[in-house]
Amino acid sequence: MQPTHSSRRILLPVRNWFIVLTLFLALLLNLVPFGRLPGIPDWVALVLAFWCVHQPLKVGMAAGFVLGLAMDVADASVMGQHALAYVLLAFAAAGLSRRVLWFPLAQQALHVLPLFLGMQLVMMVTRMIGGAEFPGVLWFLSSFVAALLWHPVTYLLLIPQFRPEDKDVHRPI
Amino acid sequence: MSVAGHVPPPFFKRGPAPLVRLAFFVSLSLLLLIADLRFHTLEWARLAVATVAWPLQRITWMPIDAAGDFGAYLTRQSALLKENQELRRRQLEAANLLLRQQHLEQENLRLRALLDMRARLPVEGRIAEILYAARDPFSRRVIIDKGSQHGIAGGQAVVDEVGVIGQVVRVFPLTSEVLLLTDKDQAIPVEVQRNGLRAVLAGVGAGMMELRFLASNAEVQVGDMLVTSGLDGVYLRGLPVAKVVKIDRDSSYSFARITCAPLAGVERHGLTLVLGARTALPPQPDDAPATPERPAGGKRVKKKTR
Repeated sequence: MQPTHSSRRILLPVRNWFIVLTLFLALLLNLVPFGRLPGIPDWVALVLAFWCVHQPLKVGMAAGFVLGLAMDVADASVMGQHALAYVLLAFAAAGLSRRVLWFPLAQQALHVLPLFLGMQLVMMVTRMIGGAEFPGVLWFLSSFVAALLWHPVTYLLLIPQFRPEDKDVHRPI
Repeated sequence: MSVAGHVPPPFFKRGPAPLVRLAFFVSLSLLLLIADLRFHTLEWARLAVATVAWPLQRITWMPIDAAGDFGAYLTRQSALLKENQELRRRQLEAANLLLRQQHLEQENLRLRALLDMRARLPVEGRIAEILYAARDPFSRRVIIDKGSQHGIAGGQAVVDEVGVIGQVVRVFPLTSEVLLLTDKDQAIPVEVQRNGLRAVLAGVGAGMMELRFLASNAEVQVGDMLVTSGLDGVYLRGLPVAKVVKIDRDSSYSFARITCAPLAGVERHGLTLVLGARTALPPQPDDAPATPERPAGGKRVKKKTR
């Protein structure tokens, strides 16, 4: 496994508890009460999309569904709103995973931006069918912030898998 | 498919196809959505999860609380002194009203007794602090720091020092959710203070409200105060709610479009007062029991036949 498929670094295998821990921390970050401040990214969506792209066999739609239910309760929104959006996000991210990793990080961010926007659109459509008000254009800012954070988050979440670059002069490769 | 004694390697075993899994989870979430939006049957699940998640939420508030405490610590002494003076002045101003109110209440009670009307029940309140605005961008809700453990029940009215803020809609053991007046789903029966015209005020989002279903020639002016009419049995009569800011009388519509701004700090944070539940109103005229005047009427009829 490499950070990107064009990279020459080889990563250590990922540890399961680390995936669970990061998803849990993202959930905690989402619980911080920022109110209606625009531009706060959906951390759970960001970390979930990251693991769906990098480890599509370990993290998928089931994780998205469970996290979505937790977010629905924490957000005081309608049950199933986040669950539906996260399941669709996980499906799309896992589908993209074979393609996205061939690109450098900036272009990866451009690939995941439509996923985040689509997720917010799904949430908006479900709620507006239920008769809620339009949250304003600024609400979509959080997707752009999440896409901007793709680069640092990639390094942050891959830190435990990097191995020290020790050059062994006696080894041929 | 498999030859005897030969199992396909686990490398290819990945469970159901992604599309199948997608269909399963999407239909499950849609089911939940419908159950919650249409039938409101999932409150117990929400209560259970919220109770489990309460310590976690408490932890996540810590940084915000700490930032607030630090800011308060740095408040200059002069600012505090000025605030103290201002509060004392306001208390004196209010004392005038309060002292007279006790007298007026007594007088009102006596007059009502004279007129043989039902006494107005005093309603006690409970002070609660707004913890934060709910993160859901589609509705206007705030979370207050009193819950069912403190005797809060769904449907109670929430006011601040100026006017009505909203209504308790969901109660957890230690917190409650308050639906603000400006939410699209919230409606409150009001009357115009100047002439007693009754109407329904509904939120339109974006911090504004609208006076609904009033004819385009209704007697409402810009600047009119709207107070609760108390017809719904939730809010006490006479609580200030909103002020009319704009009236659009277009004769092509049958109703006037009257925009109002809330008086209370609906979108701000601070201390609130949760008013106790009101006693039940007398039943509606439709389902009132039949009047017990029958025997008298019957007698009279008999007399007439004789």
